[in-house]
Amino acid sequence: MKLTVNGASVYCYTNSRDIAPERPTVVFIHGSGMDHTVWTLASRHFARHGNNVVSVDLPGHGRSTGPALTSVESMADWLIDVIDSLDVKEAALVGHSLGSLVALDCASRFPNRVRALGMVGTTAPMPVSDAILDASKANEHGAFDMLTQWGFSKRHQFGGNRNSGIWMIGNTLRLYERSRPGVLYHDMAACNAYKEGLENAAKVSCPVLLLLGGEDRLTPVRGTRGLVEAFNNPQIEILQGSGHTIMMEAPNAMLDALHRLL
Amino acid sequence: MSAPDYPGLDTLALHAGSQPDPATGARATPIYQSASFCFPDSDYAASLFNIERAGHVYSRLSNPTNAVLEERIAALEDGVGAIATASGQAALNLAILTLMGAGSHIVASAALYGGSHNLLAYTLPRLGIETTFVDARDPAAFKAAIRDNTRLVFAETVGNPGLDVLNIPAVAEVAHAAGLPLMVDSTFTTPYLIKPFELGADIIMHSATKFLSGHGIVIGGLLVDGGRFDWDASGRFPTLTEPYVGFHNLVFSEEFGPAAFIQRARKEGLRDFGACMSPTTAFHILQGIETLGIRMSRHIENTRAVVAFLSQQELVTRVGYPELDGHPDRALAAELLPQGCGAVFSFDLAGGREAGIAFVDALNLFSHLANVGDAKSLVIHPASTTHHRMDADALAAGGIGEGTIRLSIGLEDARDLVGDLKQGLRAAAKVAKSKAGAV
Repeated sequence: MKLTVNGASVYCYTNSRDIAPERPTVVFIHGSGMDHTVWTLASRHFARHGNNVVSVDLPGHGRSTGPALTSVESMADWLIDVIDSLDVKEAALVGHSLGSLVALDCASRFPNRVRALGMVGTTAPMPVSDAILDASKANEHGAFDMLTQWGFSKRHQFGGNRNSGIWMIGNTLRLYERSRPGVLYHDMAACNAYKEGLENAAKVSCPVLLLLGGEDRLTPVRGTRGLVEAFNNPQIEILQGSGHTIMMEAPNAMLDALHRLL
Repeated sequence: MSAPDYPGLDTLALHAGSQPDPATGARATPIYQSASFCFPDSDYAASLFNIERAGHVYSRLSNPTNAVLEERIAALEDGVGAIATASGQAALNLAILTLMGAGSHIVASAALYGGSHNLLAYTLPRLGIETTFVDARDPAAFKAAIRDNTRLVFAETVGNPGLDVLNIPAVAEVAHAAGLPLMVDSTFTTPYLIKPFELGADIIMHSATKFLSGHGIVIGGLLVDGGRFDWDASGRFPTLTEPYVGFHNLVFSEEFGPAAFIQRARKEGLRDFGACMSPTTAFHILQGIETLGIRMSRHIENTRAVVAFLSQQELVTRVGYPELDGHPDRALAAELLPQGCGAVFSFDLAGGREAGIAFVDALNLFSHLANVGDAKSLVIHPASTTHHRMDADALAAGGIGEGTIRLSIGLEDARDLVGDLKQGLRAAAKVAKSKAGAV
């Protein structure tokens, strides 16, 4: 589905269905440099289970046009505009990495619009190393390599995908390589600059799921203690064996966990 | 700080795609010899059928053993995914029928394996898919043959049996300028000798029966998707960019992005045509791939020794190995195939067909059979066997003469291989001498 939001074309995957006002809505938000395809399995699942699914391409990503946004807050404002343009009053937000911060920011600032918050592969604050920032700013392939290698658990560096025939490392690299120049840097810089995560987490009133990879090297579990304490009684699930790229590394366990939230 | 290095080829050949078996801890990849797989509940079943969960339903569509092989070759080729098929021919057919239907056209190298040539020249026209064959060494000929209805450019990394080295970057540029993907058959080269995706190819197929296995005990094929071709931008591939009624209007490029091609090939082609690989075959191929690097190194070492020997023989009028002076692809081979040009090559004997037959019949160590890429050395006379369906013009276009002999150099001691060839040459010399005397 294509929408026009703030003058730019926005793509949302909806499982080829119209948004039905009587159905609950789940919005999926991808991470840095990615697009909606990382949520294909989950989107298809929750669509079949009676939900409107809206898996967005953030501005400048995937099939959405316009310049990439440069802050988590602006992405959150944009996401509310997207939800408005779909006439959706209230939605569950599920985000991965950068997308999880966007979802968090929405949930804290627009509590009446967010009925549940799923943060996948997350932490707050989410500092980004200078090496990744510098490489992504220079549009160097090394940025893709670092994020891909550190984005998977050590065991999944060698695959073992339960989704037959798909080499996760290669698929992830191709997604990064498809991103437009500068987009990954803006995403990384937005993650790095978002310092209000803990403060905003304390304002969230809806049910919260923190879905973490036990071997996540980009947003390690040990770094989420502050976030866990900031939320009011969050649901925490740690997927052993998974790294940061939980949608690929543990797709079935992720679905089961999201079911418990949604 | 920089990213750690990706695992190397030998490491991936041993580990990619496999984990200790979650059920038993078995370190070797188990053979999951099961046609189907139980569903824990009805919703789980529905979610597998609807591509919501990862898992297996029925071994025609996917299988845990095959999945390890598929990931392994995708990793070795740096692709996004792969499908194991019943044979190399099945992989080729699967790729073509995923991309096009009746009324479509292919531009292919004339220097192809006889089975591939047969499919393209005689069988697919019955389904409304035509092929124009062009000189493998002439990128301009590929360009000139492209039509509005062309949907694929296809060639072998090194042609069979003349070892015409494909200028992958140049032919890929031609294909991409026309909005078309380039598929290459890398059976002879394997990922050890060349990485076609890095050079611009978009799809790779293998006959895994050959060097990937090395043991010559199974038939199998592999189809690998590089994930870089932009199907939407091309606009020529509705099977990948428009709703597929056969799967609830799924648009593959929309839902799977870089993996659109390989997912459509699995969800449609493997499902409907059914040319899947047996899990036992996948297991055997995995055993071969584990030693790919060290085997290919030895194949090349032995090949160079045999090529050097044959090049010095008076009875041998031509040795078609691209590392030799005078080979038309020598410079290109040095650029694209610096580690070697494979272990299959052809040469011509003075004395024509009769000398060739005498040579083949006199060999003892070389096995006379229709295969290549075995650990054992092999020999065949292409004009009367693998390429016998091709007429004289097609043979000539493929660089095959009446007296052409094709060798596949194995892993034996090079000294013994040369000794066997000497024996064959002595027999051929007698025939050539008597033929000359008769004239």
